[in-house]
Amino acid sequence: MSGNKEEEDPRINGIKTKIRVVPDFPKKGIMFQDITTVLLDPKAFKDTIDLFVERYRDKNISVVAGIEARGFIFGPPIALAIGAKFVPLRKPKKLPGETIFEEYELEYGNDRLEMHIGAVEAGDRALVVDDLIATGGTLCAAINLLERVGEEVVECACVIELPELKGRQRLKGKPLCMLVEYR
Amino acid sequence: MFAVENGLQGDPRLKAISDAIRVVPHFPKTGIMFQDITTLLLDPVAFKHVVDIFVDRYKHMNISLVAGVEARGFIFGPPIALAIGAKFVPLRKPGKLPGRVLSEEYELEYGSDRLEMSVEAVKSDERALIIDDLVATGGTLSASINLLERAGAEVVECACVVGLPKFKGQCKLKGKPLYVLVEPREFDDITLYN
Repeated sequence: MSGNKEEEDPRINGIKTKIRVVPDFPKKGIMFQDITTVLLDPKAFKDTIDLFVERYRDKNISVVAGIEARGFIFGPPIALAIGAKFVPLRKPKKLPGETIFEEYELEYGNDRLEMHIGAVEAGDRALVVDDLIATGGTLCAAINLLERVGEEVVECACVIELPELKGRQRLKGKPLCMLVEYR
Repeated sequence: MFAVENGLQGDPRLKAISDAIRVVPHFPKTGIMFQDITTLLLDPVAFKHVVDIFVDRYKHMNISLVAGVEARGFIFGPPIALAIGAKFVPLRKPGKLPGRVLSEEYELEYGSDRLEMSVEAVKSDERALIIDDLVATGGTLSASINLLERAGAEVVECACVVGLPKFKGQCKLKGKPLYVLVEPREFDDITLYN
């Protein structure tokens, strides 16, 4: 899946054509990768989930962690299909129980990602899901949260990668699986 | 309308779902017994029960569009949409959706907020289902109904995992039926996990 063109699954092109690129959103110079148009096509959305499920169902994954908010769209269907728990990783102050947080850098300033304590058991094998990887900052924060409570992060899964931002190198050595590259 | 009033009386899945929800007292403020569905998501069997019950209800209702309210509606809506072959439409906080959007204001206890939907989301003759984790005042769901109707969709029903008891019977939101799986849990020591 992640990058070998000769072996590319035919479903991937169908997904790629459904992604809408919106220039200058949320600000000038950014070519925003809009996955909501994939969600409007039931076949493309199903293919996206199926590709990940096929990859992970025999890998003994017990936890799927999804990053708020678009990771909440892709993570749960994968978790349900492979019989794993789903853990939402959220912006500050949204989770009601006791949490731990991890700070990460934005272009200007910082933000935080939070996870409930007690959600997962040490030794679980975890997958982290988001719609897109850019700089890798959010995914790195997610990996840190899971490792701090004793999870083994097996892989990160994203629909889209922006390879020029080299996010792949910021995943603490964890592999990345993506479906579509945008250069 | 609650699931127990509509054919699922005694269905053990409803108890499993209710038992999997955690009550967190005084969140986000004093007096609110917050119904935390994250513990339900940690129980793959109970989470699947939620999806299965909704899918069984909606799969023959010709639903072409499932709209989910940010952010917990994003967790329950997509599995239902995928299973019934419908599109999924995220209803989002302001400024998150790119491109042209419709925007609907709704009231909070203090002040107001807005919900947005992409104008591309709705084609003609769509039959829509709206999903959120919980219904309390109905403000967010009413705003969601407005968005979909303004775009020309027919809202068939609103569905939530948890709903206040006032939504029993034929209670409707803006004339639309509401379908709820369980009532809010009471707080007791058992609902806190260590």
